[in-house]
Amino acid sequence: MHPIRKQRLQIVVLIVIASSLATALIVYMLGQNANYFFTPAQVLQGEAPKNVTIRAGGMVVEGSIERSSDSLDVSFLVTDGLADLTINYSGILPDLFAEGEAAIATGKLDGDKVLQASQVLAKHDENYTPPEVADAMKQAYELKQQEQYQSQEAKK
Amino acid sequence: MNLNLQWTWFHRLGSPRWFYQKTQRWLPWLCLIMLSLLVVGLVWGLAFAPPDAKQGNSFRIIYLHVPASVVALAGYYLMAISGAVGLIWRIKLSYMLMRSAAPIGAALTFIALVTGAIWGKPTWGAYWVWDARITSMLILLFLYLGVMALRHAYSSNEAADKASAILGLVGMVNVPIIYKSVDWWQTLHQPATIKFTGAPSMHPDMFMPLVVMIVGFYTFYAVTLILFTRIEILRREYRASWVKQLVENNSAEK
Repeated sequence: MHPIRKQRLQIVVLIVIASSLATALIVYMLGQNANYFFTPAQVLQGEAPKNVTIRAGGMVVEGSIERSSDSLDVSFLVTDGLADLTINYSGILPDLFAEGEAAIATGKLDGDKVLQASQVLAKHDENYTPPEVADAMKQAYELKQQEQYQSQEAKK
Repeated sequence: MNLNLQWTWFHRLGSPRWFYQKTQRWLPWLCLIMLSLLVVGLVWGLAFAPPDAKQGNSFRIIYLHVPASVVALAGYYLMAISGAVGLIWRIKLSYMLMRSAAPIGAALTFIALVTGAIWGKPTWGAYWVWDARITSMLILLFLYLGVMALRHAYSSNEAADKASAILGLVGMVNVPIIYKSVDWWQTLHQPATIKFTGAPSMHPDMFMPLVVMIVGFYTFYAVTLILFTRIEILRREYRASWVKQLVENNSAEK
């Protein structure tokens, strides 16, 4: 390789390394501040500020959705496996909002560490399955649970 | 001496004339492959693939969103590396490739952002959120637009090419950030369905048309890049004798 081209190659490599290094430092400093939402554990440990609009999210706990009979008020728990956070919301929920699915709420934390949400978004996971396969998987899961229940009953 | 010989093929490859004449023969075949892949992929994905258990039919926008995003990211590397080759070897053709790759990449990034927004409204409940994935993808669009705009800031092609190539190199770090953003931060956007290691988290009946569409978009990228570069070659090499000859022959035919 011609010495001048070698020198230019070194400059190009230097530009890439320098810009990557600078960006890596910025990304590292951004750290957790670039998160779109707080997890329930972070909120309950006091990492999220109170009376400031924040976002918090996690998996909607099965059987935790309580709807008001005469208004659009709804209350539910979200979990990250470590802690549960109560979210109160008044309004129409997105179509994909369901028990066992992830949701992210925007709102303010009150004194009791309950999130008073002004917006709820549904988070979709990376899995795509046809309905028949999803049904088959659900049936297999229920069958397995039934068998476990029966074997436990038999032991008694 | 021996060392110089090894590099002559590289310089021959960088001849605009060679590129223009070779691609003339490649283009019909590439177009044929592109059309068949895109038609098969679209019909398969939109009409024959099963609907998603949770999203129903709205998931089908994945057959445009994912291929556009994948090729927009890969195209950025192609643009930046062409710029680097231009900076190091001063090969005219690589600067022409860099310049032609920018508008195509910008268009693909725009398609990815728009299809994402259209899908986001029914799925998430919002067209746009400022999470790490979507924001870094918007930065990619601005980088492409920046490379496109920078050349108008200079009167000479040479200075514009150098500046664009450096901007391209500086922005290269954004590509792995986009790719890893869903793992590094908590985002509303879901993690990758297609993984480098391990099986895709998608049923094969839905995954196969997606693969066809991704390969189809890569061929589409190749075809558009070749067409744009050919125009760029004619625009910049208008003084070359072979271009003059070409124009004369063309007008004689008419």
